[in-house]
Amino acid sequence: MDQPLPIPLDNLIVCTHCDAAFTLERPEVGQRAVCARCGTVLITPRRKAGLQIIAVSVAITILIIAATVFPFLSISAAGATNSVSILDAALAFSDGPLVALALTTAALIIFVPLARVLLTIYVLVPIVLDRPPARRSTQAFRLAEALRPWSMAEIFVLGCAVALIKISDLADVAFGPAFWMFSGLVVLVVVQDNFLCRWSVWKSLDKTQTS
Amino acid sequence: MVGMEVAGQNSNIVSARDLGVVACTRCTQVWPAGTQICSRCGSTIVARDRLSLQRVWALWLVGLMCYVPANMYPMLQTRTLLSVQEDTIVGGAVELIHHGAVGIALIILIASVVIPIGKFMAIAFLAISVKRPSSVSNHHRQVLYEVVEYIGRWSMIDIFVVAIMSSLVQLNTLAAVNPGRASLFFALSVIFTMLSAQAFDSRMIWDVRARQEEMTTDE
Ligand SMILES: [Zn+2]
Ligand SMILES: [Zn+2]
Repeated sequence: MDQPLPIPLDNLIVCTHCDAAFTLERPEVGQRAVCARCGTVLITPRRKAGLQIIAVSVAITILIIAATVFPFLSISAAGATNSVSILDAALAFSDGPLVALALTTAALIIFVPLARVLLTIYVLVPIVLDRPPARRSTQAFRLAEALRPWSMAEIFVLGCAVALIKISDLADVAFGPAFWMFSGLVVLVVVQDNFLCRWSVWKSLDKTQTS
Repeated sequence: MVGMEVAGQNSNIVSARDLGVVACTRCTQVWPAGTQICSRCGSTIVARDRLSLQRVWALWLVGLMCYVPANMYPMLQTRTLLSVQEDTIVGGAVELIHHGAVGIALIILIASVVIPIGKFMAIAFLAISVKRPSSVSNHHRQVLYEVVEYIGRWSMIDIFVVAIMSSLVQLNTLAAVNPGRASLFFALSVIFTMLSAQAFDSRMIWDVRARQEEMTTDE
């Protein structure tokens, strides 16, 4: 289109779900801006959100590492016992072509969630400290967002519950410390996802780069 | 809640494309139409991904092809002192109902049968509906798309159940559970349908309506 745009680009916001264009209107802290056409939440600014998200991310990192190392579940039947860590569970598919499945499972429940929080910390710390963004911040945040659907810790927790009930008539099952850590972790991941206003993060990455 | 104010003069909602701009689908930055790469985040920008439907169908087909063997091969092999038992997805759920664990059987059936089949149908419906006029409103189709995107991941639960059981139940001669071949196919099927749903450009849902509305106001 050759004719000049009626509104400068910086004053526009476009819903990526339905392509509706709106003039930008920054909501107050605590309020949300919603797409009038499809209802997608566009902006959710929160006071001190950055600091809170960093704190939650650090907690998640510690929990993931701890939950991976400590025993997770243990089973006993007629004298025989066996206890496993989350890593053992992920690597259960270890023969033949199932090795690929073992690696995928490990990635979905441990490495993808871990990568996402580490990338988030890397991106947010300079923003919160009012410093210029770290190198390759934009790529890091883009990757963290792309990985979002592949982080499946919460599904794994429900899977545990199902597995326990299936096993319970075969043997006695007990929870190890890692199970509780992992359950806490799932709550934190959900909190973190809902606190993060993507629009604000991109905005601050943009501002500090161009000036 | 703050509703966004509509750009342009009239009260109808304007698409970015009609305004001569295009938004980066990753970071939402707005650029003039025709911009190839978002200089804020580096993503490739396409106003409407015309090839997106081809990718949707290709990934959809691979997912469907993996789903068939996932249901034919055994998912789980249970070896006890007395017997060796191999269960398919549906067979295992039926077994659970016989044991009285109806709730768990329902979770497994919903996650491994109802959701995958519903997803195949929903993606196919959405992909067809952007080509021809559909009686289902855009809003409902957008909701359907979001449900598919959100719920598709939960099918993975059966894979995790198999993983947990086969690592945990390894009691030497007493009892052992091992994963079956179906687990690989099932995981692939879930992954490919997730990719298929992600390849779908949901902005196309709203294009058709915009066109239809133009036609009705012209009359
Ligand atoms: Zn929208
Ligand atoms: Zn971008």
